[in-house]
Amino acid sequence: MARRQRAYDIRRQPGFGLIALFTFFALYLPIAALVAYSFNAADSLSRWDGLSLRWFISAWNNQAVQDASIRSLLLATWAATLATIAATMAALATTRTPNYPGLTFKYAFINQPLMVPEIVTGVALLIVFSRIKVWTGYTGMGYLILAHTAFCIPFAYLPIRARLESMDLTLERAAADLYATPWRAFWRVTLPLLRPAIIAGFMLAFVISLDDVVITEFVKSGGQDTLPTYMLGQLRRETSPEINAIATVFLALSVVLVTVFYFVNRRRP
Amino acid sequence: MPDQPGSNAIDVRSVRKVFGAGEYAVTALDTVSVSIRENEFFTLLGPSGCGKTTLLRLIAGFEYPSEGEILLYGKDIAGLPPHKRPVNTVFQSYALFPHMTVAENIAFGLEMLGRPKDEIKARVAEMLALVRMENLANRRTSQISGGQQQRVALARALAPQPKVLLLDEPLSALDYKLRKGMQIELKRLQHETGITFIFVTHDQEEALTMSDRIAVMTAGKILQVGSPRDIYDRPAERFVADFIGESNFLEAEVVSVENCRATVRLSSGAEISAAVPEGHSPSGRATIVVRPEHARIVPEGDGASLHGTVENVVYLGTDTHFHLRIDDGTLFVVRRQNSPDAAQGLAAGQRAGVAISADAAQLLRR
Repeated sequence: MARRQRAYDIRRQPGFGLIALFTFFALYLPIAALVAYSFNAADSLSRWDGLSLRWFISAWNNQAVQDASIRSLLLATWAATLATIAATMAALATTRTPNYPGLTFKYAFINQPLMVPEIVTGVALLIVFSRIKVWTGYTGMGYLILAHTAFCIPFAYLPIRARLESMDLTLERAAADLYATPWRAFWRVTLPLLRPAIIAGFMLAFVISLDDVVITEFVKSGGQDTLPTYMLGQLRRETSPEINAIATVFLALSVVLVTVFYFVNRRRP
Repeated sequence: MPDQPGSNAIDVRSVRKVFGAGEYAVTALDTVSVSIRENEFFTLLGPSGCGKTTLLRLIAGFEYPSEGEILLYGKDIAGLPPHKRPVNTVFQSYALFPHMTVAENIAFGLEMLGRPKDEIKARVAEMLALVRMENLANRRTSQISGGQQQRVALARALAPQPKVLLLDEPLSALDYKLRKGMQIELKRLQHETGITFIFVTHDQEEALTMSDRIAVMTAGKILQVGSPRDIYDRPAERFVADFIGESNFLEAEVVSVENCRATVRLSSGAEISAAVPEGHSPSGRATIVVRPEHARIVPEGDGASLHGTVENVVYLGTDTHFHLRIDDGTLFVVRRQNSPDAAQGLAAGQRAGVAISADAAQLLRR
């Protein structure tokens, strides 16, 4: 019996180790190379010339990089915040009302940005926003914030909805039974229990916004480069190893975010 | 029965509750009326799906009746949301707030009512003492046992001093021993607080030990309301007799009816007296119920009302059950308490008679 069970252990399947090794290298070798080369002293992307922090310093002192970084962070903060608020409300509406025909349609509607190719959304937004720009004369960051908010909503929505669905509805009933108005029941019971999911949703939205190239490329006005679009632009001209350093910082940031999220989540029962 | 408005804690009047619509409509409560007196330990007893929990939720305000009124001390509350009703609930799953401590859970209702801080503090301490949880006040609810969670749920619901406390099968998640202890504890709490308790259960033993009065429900209707003794000794309907305790059902012919008693003729030809449910006037054929402990095995012919053959003798420690096949073919069970000096007596296959104790037979409405 014991032998039979071991035979079903996936780790004992032939080729398991090889595939695992290959996957691991395919995923992490390029990243490792990137990180290594970001500490390269050479002017070239491919030649190794000893350890140095010069490209980090150079990127740090580059005004364009600074501007793009700040713009990216601001944009991601705004978009993730707005998307998380919208997603929380959407999740409450779709899980805290009795099931009705059309609910499935509503799910599909909320998750629409996940299905539609980004390029389609990008072109569509380009057309709409260019009209609005002509009418209103406003060309600020608002368009980017709006666009990013829109495609971040489903990412923020998923963890929040999952949490609400697994959350015992009787807790909210108990709050109502103990004289809490729906509003106070929400603030005192639903929201505190939802907090880990909201943080997860926010972080996911934040990273998605920070990472976006396609839609940003279509929506941005002149001088509104975010870090990814700036890096892409750099690649087209001269390839400065600065972008290696920027990418490494990006990577470090996302590792920190994921780690923080892990510990925040683990603290709660 | 006192029935002027305001004299009862709860008056449920012709309440119907239908879930769904059209061909999918399910009638959970079918025109139910019941009055629950002040300071009473009232139990809604019935099998799952009988509508007892629905009735409780209608009183709590988690559902609204399709028709009818629910009066709390004479005031119709059927349309109020739960947070505007001075009733509190102990949930089957306890529903303690996991992000709060024991003390914070108990304080929640008082805080929502906007009571002053020092009053809340005093009341929480009082509640903790009442349920004997003083030393666990600052624990998270996930750090205490099931029985302790049960006590916290009780304290939390009692803290705002509700007019009525609703308990939705609160003991079902506890193991047997803890459940026995909590039954006594609940009775004590009800006595000490003087609050009207409405208790929902499917466990007849629980209902019989704790209640002042019991309403037996099935299929969305209340069949009978009465004290545990009434319900057990004087079941009015076959379902009640069958659901609570063990019963022998006998077909009989009504000979005469006088006041609340009928003389009936059994299949053996013997005539016995049986109690008649209130407001019922039987005639023709009727069903009689006799509890197994209300009958005795006697030698044939010796004042026996029934005659038959012993099929089985089942020894159960405290009792012995004699399964008799009566001459008309029905099975009849007699329970006898065992005592050291009791004769072993009967064995399977022997003939015997059954004497039914005076006053023990009950005629059923249907």
